[in-house]
Amino acid sequence: MKLAYWPGCVSRGFTSELHGSMAFTAEKLGIELVELDRANCCGAGIIAEHNQELADTLNARTFALAQQTGLAMMNICSTCQGAQSECQQRLDADSSYRAHINEVLSGQGLAYEKGKDGFTNKNFLWLLVEDYGLDQLAEKVVRPLSGLRVGPFYGCYIVRPKDRLGYDEFPDRDVYLEKLIEVLGGEVVEYDGARKCCGFPVITMNRETSLRQAGTHVGDALDAGADCLVTPCPLCHLNLDMQQPEAAKVVNRDLDLAVLHLPQLVGLALGGEPKQLGMSKHIASTKWVEERLATGAPA
Amino acid sequence: MAEYTLKVRRYQPESGEGAYWEKFKVDLDPSLSVLDGILQAKDREDGSLAVRCSCRAAICGSCGMKINGQSGLGCKTQIGEAQELAEKQASVGEGNGDSAPTIMVEPMGNMPVIKDLITDMESTHWTKIRRVTPWLLPHGEPPEREYVVEPESMIDITQSMACIQCGACVSSCLSMEADPDFIGPAALAKAYRFVGDPRDAETVERLHDLAHDPHGIYDCTHCFSCIDACPKGVAPMDQIMRLRRKAGEEGIHDDPNNGHNHVTAMTNMIEKKGTNDEALLIQESYAPGIKGKLKPTKAAIKGLTESLPTVLRAIKTGKARSLSKLIPGIHPKLPGGAQDEVKAIYAHTEEHREEFNIYITGEEDVEPEPDEPKETA
Repeated sequence: MKLAYWPGCVSRGFTSELHGSMAFTAEKLGIELVELDRANCCGAGIIAEHNQELADTLNARTFALAQQTGLAMMNICSTCQGAQSECQQRLDADSSYRAHINEVLSGQGLAYEKGKDGFTNKNFLWLLVEDYGLDQLAEKVVRPLSGLRVGPFYGCYIVRPKDRLGYDEFPDRDVYLEKLIEVLGGEVVEYDGARKCCGFPVITMNRETSLRQAGTHVGDALDAGADCLVTPCPLCHLNLDMQQPEAAKVVNRDLDLAVLHLPQLVGLALGGEPKQLGMSKHIASTKWVEERLATGAPA
Repeated sequence: MAEYTLKVRRYQPESGEGAYWEKFKVDLDPSLSVLDGILQAKDREDGSLAVRCSCRAAICGSCGMKINGQSGLGCKTQIGEAQELAEKQASVGEGNGDSAPTIMVEPMGNMPVIKDLITDMESTHWTKIRRVTPWLLPHGEPPEREYVVEPESMIDITQSMACIQCGACVSSCLSMEADPDFIGPAALAKAYRFVGDPRDAETVERLHDLAHDPHGIYDCTHCFSCIDACPKGVAPMDQIMRLRRKAGEEGIHDDPNNGHNHVTAMTNMIEKKGTNDEALLIQESYAPGIKGKLKPTKAAIKGLTESLPTVLRAIKTGKARSLSKLIPGIHPKLPGGAQDEVKAIYAHTEEHREEFNIYITGEEDVEPEPDEPKETA
């Protein structure tokens, strides 16, 4: 499997362990990634708040760069998925709007074509389940995550709104993390926050609300007995992991819960070592996860 | 006909007891609604089961409730589909712990419960709606008869006018869950209905008010819950983003949440760098540089200071142990002329700022294959 790969900004910034663990995991899975190194930020929905046409054109450019490779596109960020899907929905809805957007791109030898070669842009999570296949993934597991209790955390942008995110064709996209955790040998932890908001989008605008959201979800997962969370969204990771000590102050309780990026969780089951997967860079300690895996804790 | 089990969250204040769950077996066609199921249970089993409803056709907006945790209208949710969702949730351990999956029915969230499925719409929903001055504020002498406007100039607000005040979006709002003072999706969508109205003369004042309320337009956390909850396609979050866009266009730049600064910081940064320069984004969101000189306000200094412990921890673990992640502005731009392409996109689109709304235009029909004969008039 060969893919046009958009890693997003945050995976090369404050969550560089995500970029590294994706490279490790892709190699183990036999997936070849062609990185779109000329592509730009998706705008995270924020540039659209300033100028919707600008956001649509920036993402049309990324799609056009991916289409030039002739490969399907993969991202590793719920927010990229949501922001890009929003632009793609508008671009795909109307040929005259698409032509208008392509005007500026054509000057750069680029064009976004609706449905060209069956073009898709999928998060690693969707791609694993829908294209790679959970059966094939199960065959690659060399270290089942036995006894590891994992709480899924999706990130809003990859679960809502449903009419934009392909739920007609793939109605189970909001339960893929649970399916994946089970295939990797882990145990799914049910808690209230799995599909709620981490609070990151308002961290600079309403810090207390933002941290209360993050702290509440981490606390709920701890109360439900989770050993760790897993998320396909690096922006959620920033609030749930990087800001966890600050979130603990707002919800006024101790929190110390490891938060893994999706490729890290998959990478562990494929035999990767925690350090190799960048887990030592996390703010919330991942020691407990390492101990669980080392001792093969009781299921 | 099929049999379903409704697991209803009940509460009767007169009993002095707390809320509890009660199961009702109902028997009806899968295409009928969850509300039909509730009314059958009320009719056959317990007349005291309290629910607000009237039209049963998604017009009156009375029967807002949560079904399997999702906010919406009882009358617009088919009971067969609700059962399928309950089964899917149970299959991944997300159910309610019952041996057989049951349809969970609860009163709406983010508002007090009066009895069973009836919530107090006054203390939250209507109070917040009144907060945004939900009536027209024209200037000058009223015309002798009606106000005359071009029909085209009203199209933009038809989406927010479709609201039936059911409160489903308020029930689903994840910002309000963490900050009950948030003005919220229904009221802000209503605010846009007047901001976008060509007859209204106080648009700028409205935008200023909503941007300067710390629980106003910049308190929405982009979770999309209201878009999924709304039974009428209002997409309240989209209306909130329009309000932010309009506030920016009107030059309202000094909101207390640094909301506009954040949008500007992000937009300008991508023009210069192509990808996210995190250090620059943090600094510019709080304290935008003006002609190379920082002009931090008191709030900005507080914001930056509060960010410090997080940054120090990130340096310690190695997350942020590189100069480009710590010093604003030294993050590299895109390689090999790509940054110039991005700049060209900015130059082009900042001239038009076209806004495309699928709610209004609809999705075009699938284009005919080129070899299909075209119909002639």
